[in-house]
Amino acid sequence: MSVEGKKQVFICAGTGCVSSGADKVVKKLEEEVKRQNLEDKIQLIPTGCRGFCEQGPTLVVEPSKKFYRQVQPEDIPEIVEKELGKGESIEKFFYVDPNTDQIVNSYEDICFFSKQTRISLHNCGFIDPTKIEDYLERGGYEGLKKALSMDPEKIIEEVKSSGLRGRGGAGFSTGLKWSLCKATPSDKKYVICNADEGDPGAFMDRGLLEGDPHSIIEGMLIGAYAIGADEGYVYVRAEYPLAIENLQIAIKQAEEKNLLGKNILGSDFSFKLHISAGAGAFVCGEETALMASIEGERGMPRVRPPFPAQKGLWGKPTNINNVETWSNIPHILRNGAEWYAQYGTEKSKGTKIFALTGKVNNTGLVEVPMGMTLREIIFEIGGGIQGGNKFKDVQIGGPSGGCLPEEMLDLAVDYETLTEAGAMVGSGGLVIMDETTCMVDIAKFFVNFSQAESCGKCTPCREGNKRMWEMLERITKGEGELEDLDKLEQLALTIKETSLCGLGQNAPNPVLATLKYFRDEFVEHIEDKKCRAGACQDLLTYRIDPDKCKRCSICARNCPVNCITGDKNTPYVIDEEACIKCGACMERCKFDAVLLV
Amino acid sequence: MCEECRELVDPKEVKLEEVFAKYKNSKGALIPILQEAQEIYGYLPEHVLKLISQATRLPVAKIYGVATFYAQFRLTPIGRNVISMCLGTACHVRGGAKVLEAIEKEAQVKDGQTSEDGRFTLEIVNCIGACGLAPVISINSNVHGKLVAEQIPEILAQYE
Ligand SMILES: Cc1cc2nc3c(=O)[nH]c(=O)nc-3n(C[C@H](O)[C@H](O)[C@H](O)COP(=O)(O)O)c2cc1C
Ligand code: FES
Repeated sequence: MSVEGKKQVFICAGTGCVSSGADKVVKKLEEEVKRQNLEDKIQLIPTGCRGFCEQGPTLVVEPSKKFYRQVQPEDIPEIVEKELGKGESIEKFFYVDPNTDQIVNSYEDICFFSKQTRISLHNCGFIDPTKIEDYLERGGYEGLKKALSMDPEKIIEEVKSSGLRGRGGAGFSTGLKWSLCKATPSDKKYVICNADEGDPGAFMDRGLLEGDPHSIIEGMLIGAYAIGADEGYVYVRAEYPLAIENLQIAIKQAEEKNLLGKNILGSDFSFKLHISAGAGAFVCGEETALMASIEGERGMPRVRPPFPAQKGLWGKPTNINNVETWSNIPHILRNGAEWYAQYGTEKSKGTKIFALTGKVNNTGLVEVPMGMTLREIIFEIGGGIQGGNKFKDVQIGGPSGGCLPEEMLDLAVDYETLTEAGAMVGSGGLVIMDETTCMVDIAKFFVNFSQAESCGKCTPCREGNKRMWEMLERITKGEGELEDLDKLEQLALTIKETSLCGLGQNAPNPVLATLKYFRDEFVEHIEDKKCRAGACQDLLTYRIDPDKCKRCSICARNCPVNCITGDKNTPYVIDEEACIKCGACMERCKFDAVLLV
Repeated sequence: MCEECRELVDPKEVKLEEVFAKYKNSKGALIPILQEAQEIYGYLPEHVLKLISQATRLPVAKIYGVATFYAQFRLTPIGRNVISMCLGTACHVRGGAKVLEAIEKEAQVKDGQTSEDGRFTLEIVNCIGACGLAPVISINSNVHGKLVAEQIPEILAQYE
């Protein structure tokens, strides 16, 4: 990867940056480096996601560590000439700290990166994921080599004492899970990597698969060896074509180097790895549904026990872990359990990747030690709220999680603390919301998601979530009654208690959390018929501010129901009875005279 | 095969036969077969479901059950371009609904439908993992991010 005396340019070519134009940037860079005769001095390395999606496409120049952002193809000639040719910085491409307005040129000094501890993401953005050599050079497959020289029991002990817990949501001890599967006698065992990543707003698994696929393969190899499995599956959602492609390449390379296949590295351990592409069903992230899906069935969960460790894929003992969980394994083997356990809190060890999205300045993927506060993650790493707006709440753990208001921001993020507060670590999606988000609408949004994704097997989830949605819909239309809130709460608790799988058991969480922290907003919708965020269309009234109205008539001309009147001499007025609340007047008015009240 | 016969064979069916051959001895291959069949035909026509039934020796009812369970499978033809509009959490919070409105207006389609001229099929999806750039759409797998409604006409114009 590194070549003496050459400048290296790492171009983020993850899905996020590609959609911002990274492919064209790479092509233009190649052309321009050639045209300016710099081929001997410059090495171009397209990488997976570095995490800073908001600023994409991004370039990192090594060894100077300079970080260029929002680079477009037309900027390339200048960057090649000045930065790559003469070593001159071009300030306009550097990151500006939204809190201090300072220009920062090295990525090591950007809060977004400097506050992170990257273990899982160690390689993401620093290697070409399609080259196994890059992975090997950064210590890749050392963990496997070490594992193969160890007694399988010892490996499991090591993983247990590292304190690693499942990153797929439930936070079950990984070492313990392995030991349960190992203890089940069988002639055949499987390991599975859960890469279904269905939680909207979470994309760390995708970042890992695209940016460092070998770390997942290595993790699975170590797990399979420890448990005694000789075959494995990575179940990737179909929406991630680049992840599937990079993983396919990685598997092929590992096979060529005898890191996969028969008698791996001369040992008597053999392992075959398959990719299974999902077909678009959230519930298939649930482990028993996932296995049904690999078997070619409808992805419906079944009752546990028996747990997969006893009776899993095709009836054989199976160990299933999440992508991020697997990606930690090589590092634990290589550096030791004690090293890993130095990070995190007493009960939640190590680091966790969070996906920062929503109304936050620095959207992207960040990896931090467990126990960091939400405030640090959102305001320091995330750079605060977009447009200087006021923070309202953060949704953690997706449709199964909950939202937390401002006063909970100083909570340390770990499994127990968040669950106690009514949210959950879950997959690690953090969707940040400001005053323009209505909490009743958000509760309705998540319930709608869960009722649509319910597989339909058990009644509480199939029917209960629909009824919850209907009640919330009534409230957002201004047709709710105060008793609805108690009914809603009761129904939510019943669904939680009686559903078959985690989907139904957790679907009411967003409702319960919003009711707990934002009850006044529900009451406002019901009693005052008012939505303070201005999100519930049916509760809004459009009005024209007579002082701001310049009488240009553009609103009246664009009103589809002709309910706005006025003329050159009198300010325009909206007939509230006739108004259909389409918002066309507001969109067109050039003087911000149309208000929502 | 002689030239005359070759003309009588449906090239899509030949490809489908290849798919069957590839998965002949694999366990649980129904979903990949359906995926590859859809790749060939653009959707899953009834007669293809029957062919799959013959090849896999599974009842058509079971195949239909699987095909209707997963959001990826389509039982009706699609347009030349498929627009996937994300309304996942991040995209919802960052104003996905406005973008959707603009698409519905510009392309003259609603969720799950194909425009009359066969140019666009619109589907609403839950997350395509580009949440950092919300709101996003993907058209024929090209992701467009950080959208505002005004950009839609220009973007759709790139797809004939
Ligand atoms: C409805 C539902 C969806 C789930 N989706 C995922 C997912 O997308 N990815 C994941 O890793 N785990 C998901 N899980 C959790 C898995 O069932 C399982 O606990 C996990 O893969 C175990 O791996 P871990 O111990 O490494 O976390 C989901 C669970 C439920 C109930
Ligand atoms: S929520 Fe839209 S891409 Fe993830």
